[in-house]
Amino acid sequence: MPIGDEVKTTTCYMCACRCGIKVHLKNGGIRYIEGNRDHPVNRGVLCAKGSAGIMQHHAPARLTKPLKRVGERGTASFEEIEWDEALEIATSWLGKIRDDDPRKLAFFTGRDQSQALTGWWASQFGTPNYAAHGGFCSVNMAAGGLYTIGGSFWEFGEPDWERCRYFMMFGCAEDHDSNPLKLGLSKLKGNGAKFVSVNPVRTGYSAIADEWLGIRPGTDGLLILAIIHELLKAGKVDIDYLIRYTNAAWLVILDEGPGNGLFVRTEDDKPIVWDRDLDQPRPFDLAKAKPALSGIVTLASGRKAAPVFHLLAERYLDDEYSPERAADETGIPASTIRRLAAELATVAFEQEVVIDQPWTDVYGRRHETMIGRPVGIHAMRGISAHANGFHTCRALHLLQVLLGSIDCPGGFRYKPPFPKPIPPAPQPAGKADDVTPGKPMAGPPLGFPTDPEDLLVDEAGRARRIDKAFSWEAPLAVHGMMHMVITNAYKGDPYPIDTLFMYMANMAWNSAMNVGDTIAMLTEKDQASGDYKIPRIIYADAYFSETVAYADLILPDTTYLERWDCISMLDRPISSAEGPADSIRQPVVPPDRDVRPFQDVLLDLGARLGLPGLTAEDGSPRYPGGYADYLVNHQRKPGVGSLMGFRGADGSEKGKGEPNPDQLERYIENGCFWQDEIPKEAAYFKHANQAYLDYAAAMGFIDQPAPIVIQLYSEILQKFRLAADGHGVAQPPDIHRERFGAFFDPLPSWYPPLEDLANDDSTFPMHAITQRPMAMYHSWGSMNAWLRQIHGSNRLYISRRRAAALNIDDDGWVWITSRHGRVKAQVRLMDGVNDDTVWTWNAIGKRRGTWNLSADAPESQKGFLLNHLIDELLPDQGSGYRYAAADPVTGQAAWYDLRVRVEPANPKEEAISLPQFEALTPPQGREGVALTLRCGAEKSET
Amino acid sequence: MTSWPKQPPAKRLGLVIDLDICVGCHACVVNCKEWNTGGYPAPLSDQEPYGASARGAWLNRVHSYEVSDGEVEDGAGGRTVHFPKSCLHCENAHCVTVCPTGASYKREEDGIVLVDEEKCIGCGLCAWACPYGARELDGAEGVMKKCTLCIDRIYNETFSPVEQEPACVATCPARARHFGDFADPNSAVSRLTEERGGYDLMAEMGYRPTNKYLPPRSAKPINDGIGAPDALTPVAEGGFLGWLDRVLTDLSKGPS
Repeated sequence: MPIGDEVKTTTCYMCACRCGIKVHLKNGGIRYIEGNRDHPVNRGVLCAKGSAGIMQHHAPARLTKPLKRVGERGTASFEEIEWDEALEIATSWLGKIRDDDPRKLAFFTGRDQSQALTGWWASQFGTPNYAAHGGFCSVNMAAGGLYTIGGSFWEFGEPDWERCRYFMMFGCAEDHDSNPLKLGLSKLKGNGAKFVSVNPVRTGYSAIADEWLGIRPGTDGLLILAIIHELLKAGKVDIDYLIRYTNAAWLVILDEGPGNGLFVRTEDDKPIVWDRDLDQPRPFDLAKAKPALSGIVTLASGRKAAPVFHLLAERYLDDEYSPERAADETGIPASTIRRLAAELATVAFEQEVVIDQPWTDVYGRRHETMIGRPVGIHAMRGISAHANGFHTCRALHLLQVLLGSIDCPGGFRYKPPFPKPIPPAPQPAGKADDVTPGKPMAGPPLGFPTDPEDLLVDEAGRARRIDKAFSWEAPLAVHGMMHMVITNAYKGDPYPIDTLFMYMANMAWNSAMNVGDTIAMLTEKDQASGDYKIPRIIYADAYFSETVAYADLILPDTTYLERWDCISMLDRPISSAEGPADSIRQPVVPPDRDVRPFQDVLLDLGARLGLPGLTAEDGSPRYPGGYADYLVNHQRKPGVGSLMGFRGADGSEKGKGEPNPDQLERYIENGCFWQDEIPKEAAYFKHANQAYLDYAAAMGFIDQPAPIVIQLYSEILQKFRLAADGHGVAQPPDIHRERFGAFFDPLPSWYPPLEDLANDDSTFPMHAITQRPMAMYHSWGSMNAWLRQIHGSNRLYISRRRAAALNIDDDGWVWITSRHGRVKAQVRLMDGVNDDTVWTWNAIGKRRGTWNLSADAPESQKGFLLNHLIDELLPDQGSGYRYAAADPVTGQAAWYDLRVRVEPANPKEEAISLPQFEALTPPQGREGVALTLRCGAEKSET
Repeated sequence: MTSWPKQPPAKRLGLVIDLDICVGCHACVVNCKEWNTGGYPAPLSDQEPYGASARGAWLNRVHSYEVSDGEVEDGAGGRTVHFPKSCLHCENAHCVTVCPTGASYKREEDGIVLVDEEKCIGCGLCAWACPYGARELDGAEGVMKKCTLCIDRIYNETFSPVEQEPACVATCPARARHFGDFADPNSAVSRLTEERGGYDLMAEMGYRPTNKYLPPRSAKPINDGIGAPDALTPVAEGGFLGWLDRVLTDLSKGPS
């Protein structure tokens, strides 16, 4: 018997992986969701979350109608209104701001996959105050990679699972990316490769590693640099690779003064190397030069210079990076660090992978084979969520490069459209000249600064963005700093805003540090005016999340099965190393309540506001067909749109081409995705492979087919250091100068997590971190009747040995105390955790009554968040200024820097997690919430 | 009392579960629930789905254990094992023979153990008889639910041959689950079991389960298969710069 009456393909959205799914429909309802075997991301498999999509779709937590606040903020007192009224309210608020000062709109989205639309919309509106969730997620990985190798992990690159022989995974908290990692690990183990996991906690992926290293949180960078120390000492680095593909040979000026640490360049800005044969400098052109990698040279100007590699070797050969020193900090024995280095070197240099595939490099030299160093590396949250994560990520890429394993057989592989020029092209807009009332902004709100002059600061050096991204406090905050928006808006620092507009971001709960104060900031009123400190809040969400209660206007969204979406090359596509790919979601069922897809609403709002890109010449909506219309017909540049496949009037073009009115139908026929295969001779060494670079330029990934030279030494970081030393026009306020010496090293460096410096080891001896359960994604699963049976509450996990020393029993209750607050939780003892670390599952704890769970649900009674313990600001450390608890380079929220102490709670206390907050009641009510589910039965009872 | 099939089943269909690569993600658990709540044993009900003690009938669950090999000093000596468990379709299935109504039965043609819900009175004897805890009484239906090996998939003629496998196998992201006929010594499951030392769960109990588990491979001995030394030897002659000079000279001799 067939499963149902009809099958529709679409893209999953139960997490951010973007797996292809087949949704079987029966009698108009959803019968079964399975993985799509043809899909490049998941190849037919589907995880627990994806398989529970049907329960997400039926969850009683779904919002049902637009809402207007009628009571005090935070009480969830709403009245239902019609869409016309909701949109009129939003238009009147936003229209006034736009005519007055567009910066007064702060528009921030969560784990949204339509950033190509939302960022462009913000720009059309005219506000620089836009970002998505990257700043509190993994911007350190993105920025560390994009400023070093022109790519990164996950969406930007992947291990060569097929050919990898030795695989190291750092700080992968069981997420990102989910199914591709599981498929890859399975293949890798099947092939007999060794898998080493570096993670303070041994769960999930680490459980199947051949070797688990329970490192002390925040010290991975030092482990990596100690491995580099060992490799350099033994001469186990790929010199040929370094010369060909990196700036290792580029000369760096050593003399003090304004040019210190910058590259020596020709008049037309070409970097210069020292030619060993000629014994003189010449432009970096590998067809001609035989560059030196060491030695201090004197230039014609009399200045001294040395190649990058000289500085690099000098730095990491120092005993500061010895395995013994690293052992003290990381807890990994020096002998283990030495062995890891030996294993990496042996696999890289003695077990080369050779593919018989001729190719030609961008310097015109033909190579008969592709030679690979089969060492794969993947890293994510555990590296990223520390205040030293940017440098740790750069150190990781440095290790890969020294081993010659970037985009080679068996190593790390870029996924198109990466690699990109380092860093990618656009600069963030938002300078004074860019922002004009009633006009679009001159460029995109997010981009990649290359110079202090690119910062978005005023004459006094104060931030021009509400989140202070791209300011002297976080110069390379390329994903913005969403976690600082509420605090800054509340304080009016750097200026007050009028409306905070958020989408799909649970900023009053698990996406906020310091939840209690955050809630207070959202509800506090200005005593003089009686207005809220943050005057207006608009929120779009599909569910009754904690944040709903704090909005003045709710625009209810659909579920992922009820709307169009686009996983675009302009945002974060689904490409693999074999070729570019993008995909769509199509509505598989119509909404059964009065909700609208957020993207449709945004386009509607834009048209009502008269935003130029969103209105036709006669003032009517430019995309009357909503998001589907936009996806097909919007062109960012001539021929460049949201989707790359089936372009051109007849659908025969790829990459660039005229809009194709049948494009979405063609996607649907193809399983809701499109992919292209890059030519075989272009498959590896993409950063310097002529065939690939030509392909990438033709597809529009890069402007010119020019080599992408890996930046081991970052001149960009050095420019910020020079500014802080008083050189150049753009000058930081004096108070910030010291940070640049400490954190803007042009070579990858390691410093302790900033909370370590702010805390006394004896008072707060433990590290506290979270992991992401594979069956639950952040706050996206507690309303799901099946997933919450797997993760309905969370424990604090602690090592057996440490628990014994602290008189903590299994199942006992403890107080977790940080310099900022206290949380009470129930413990579970385990062996597989670093002794100095406690951890819990992320975002399982929920506020009572939210997500339409009963008031006695375990999510609120036993579940808890570590967020209450995390201060969003570092303490004043003598300068009189409090910085964000973030990476000083990128502004990445430093969640995992948290330090705590753990003590047994009095057994007489009630067995309930603390803090508790007042219960909230869902606006859609609790009537009709099923007491029994009989999903799949002919009739269901409520 | 229910009796055995008169003939030993011609086929012995079952699963091989690879504990070496199961990451405990619960994909098999939820996909099983999703398929079966609308499939042969439909529905699999859930009680208090949004309340204090949400619970439902599941045909497959994953349990996670820490296993110590006596070297837990630094935590590195033990291991974490994720253990998926569903009905093992035993050859000596006491859940069948204890059934007072004949509802539980083992199929002659393929050895699959099923419950005929029309005959089931929900007495729970079979669950008591099962040493693996693989049967669950449905809180709303009042009848026993259990793994059917997705009987409505594996014989479903509207499916392509590659799709004719249980939902848990099709969905497993780590490819840790395999389905096949153990009566055929050349089947993939038989060979996997042979090659990887697949074993019977609690063999000493004598239920002769059809499903097999592949044990976690012992952690790779240090350097095994890699041939790496314990540590790298620092370059001697001329130190690092001397080494670098030699490499560059070699490189510049010929085209790279």
